[in-house]
Amino acid sequence: MKNLRWNNFLFQLVAFLLALAFTSLIMVFAGAPPISAYVEILGGAFGSVNSLANVVVVWMPLLLVTSGLLITFTAGLWNIGIEGQITLGAIFTTAALRLLQESSLPPWLIILLAMLAGVAGGALWAVMAGLLKTFGGVNEIFGGLGLNFVATALTLWLIFGPWKRPGTGSMSGTEPFPDTLWLPQLPGLRLSPWSVIFGAAAIYLVYRLLSGTYFGLRLKAIGKNVRAAFLLGVPAWQHSLLAFALCGFFAGLAGALQVTAVYHRLIPSISSGYGFLGLLVAMLVNYQALWAAPVALFFAALNIGSIQLPIMLNLDSSLSGVLQGMLVLFVLLTEGARKRWLQKNG
Amino acid sequence: MDSATLLGLAGVLAAAAPVLFAVIGETITERAGVINLSVNGTILLSAMGGFAVAVNTGSLLLGFLAGALIGALVALVIAFSSITLQQSQVAVGFVLALVCRDLSYFLGNPYMGASGPRLPSAPIPLLGDLPLIGPLFFRQDLLTYLSYVLIFAAWAYIFKTRPGLMLQGIGERPAAAFARGADVNRLRYLYTVIGGAIIGIAGPAYSLSVKAGWKGTISGLDGIGWIALSITIFGGWNPLRAAFGAYLFALLQWLGLVLQPSLPGIPSQVLQVAPFPLMILTLLLVNIGNAEWVERALARLPENTRHALARLLRSLRAAPPAALGVPFEQE
Repeated sequence: MKNLRWNNFLFQLVAFLLALAFTSLIMVFAGAPPISAYVEILGGAFGSVNSLANVVVVWMPLLLVTSGLLITFTAGLWNIGIEGQITLGAIFTTAALRLLQESSLPPWLIILLAMLAGVAGGALWAVMAGLLKTFGGVNEIFGGLGLNFVATALTLWLIFGPWKRPGTGSMSGTEPFPDTLWLPQLPGLRLSPWSVIFGAAAIYLVYRLLSGTYFGLRLKAIGKNVRAAFLLGVPAWQHSLLAFALCGFFAGLAGALQVTAVYHRLIPSISSGYGFLGLLVAMLVNYQALWAAPVALFFAALNIGSIQLPIMLNLDSSLSGVLQGMLVLFVLLTEGARKRWLQKNG
Repeated sequence: MDSATLLGLAGVLAAAAPVLFAVIGETITERAGVINLSVNGTILLSAMGGFAVAVNTGSLLLGFLAGALIGALVALVIAFSSITLQQSQVAVGFVLALVCRDLSYFLGNPYMGASGPRLPSAPIPLLGDLPLIGPLFFRQDLLTYLSYVLIFAAWAYIFKTRPGLMLQGIGERPAAAFARGADVNRLRYLYTVIGGAIIGIAGPAYSLSVKAGWKGTISGLDGIGWIALSITIFGGWNPLRAAFGAYLFALLQWLGLVLQPSLPGIPSQVLQVAPFPLMILTLLLVNIGNAEWVERALARLPENTRHALARLLRSLRAAPPAALGVPFEQE
């Protein structure tokens, strides 16, 4: 057993090194200096208190999204509609803030109601994908992708239509909310401590839910084999829908944070791609909650660190995405190689 | 029909060409039982790669070949990881969709806004002079002509030839195909790579023709691959029906542009994405006949209505190849 764990660790290490080597090779091919690029990324992420705070600003919604995805993955569902669920969370939050900002309610209550609306919006969008799957026979991957596009269209329509800034609508988003409607931030930083509380709570709750409850066990049963779970009396489609709803809940919360804690308005790319990034994180940790937090931190650091690249080295910041994807790709490949190796030598 | 409308419709045929390559490539891949989910990334990377090669060599042909090669290589990674290493096709395909997209932006940085060659229009003599049909079908570029041919060639290959029958077999009943002497996994490798190469042509079809040039994140190509995947399902894994889906999609996008001036309340960005919700609706219509509760609900209806409804649903319905996404273990 111990041997097997070592063997597993060794393969993971190989995957990491291969991904790093391959990405470096790509940089060499593009005529870019790999070492300086990595140094720039590290410096850009951890070089100052400010940049560190920005890493956490990315880390927390990413962790929320990953937490939600761990639930759907456990139930054997590929919730690719997660991007739209984040977006709907942001839209519902913005709607509630706009509706209530003129009211006489205290600001904290308005923010709370708005975030609840966001959570509901995310869950609603996720349940739509779930209903399309369970009652419409539409695979969740394609239903989810379609709903992502609808969410994007809805955002654009709101920004350029009913919610446009006085004068003309623009890609810079809706009119920003007054700072009374912002979640409180740490002095001088973009980071709100509330994000950290939500992110930490989410991953802890999901960890407990999946490893320590009967519900988690039943989700696993469905994820492993729907037919068998059904025959054993686990109501499969109800659990699938619930898994979707819970995932949408966390995604909606992430979207709500994007509005109340980060951008303070609705922008066209409000999800910041955290949904797809969360899918990568969940795959990289092999769908286990234990390592989700550190891996999400690493991914967030890559995202923030790479912002420096265009300025310092005239490289495109998508390099972080290349490295993140290569990591997952090589982990999947070495995992397959390991299984083959075990089959032959085990 | 006035000449502006005719020109617009001819434009629809041209705009659908890259989508057609992607959809037919994916249809062939999925017929073999493999899902290539990387289409979105493949199109972007092959668009960038094909453009870069064409700029550096000055050769359009090399540009298209580079696109096909990139598509084939990406597909090879999927085939290797799913067939040889037995990893999830969906997971690997999804990761590749993201990696290839980011790779295209990273490597394409120096080519942003560069001027490159563009596939010239090549009207066919005689045919191009026919009234109505001429300007519509036969005053296009070579690629568009190739897309017409591809539709029928793929259809004929899949449904009318022996190897095509085997292709259907390895996607529907791999065990039976294997028993009849087919090397299932080798054929799956082959069709995944060929399908990938055809998908890869969609990239340069944009960057060297329909949307000539490379503009990074604002190239407007991000998302088309996901549409192509939906159209593959809409097409019920049949090239003719898939072609109908691709043309419908291009037509809807064009209508969005044409109707723009008469709908001042709706911003152009929204009309550009209008086909997507319709796509979901069609996916629902195509799939809903497969759901159990529909059959139960139909059984309760009076006979006449039931038959009519059932026939309607059956005509819309498309069932995926039975072994799609299921690995096959050869003894």
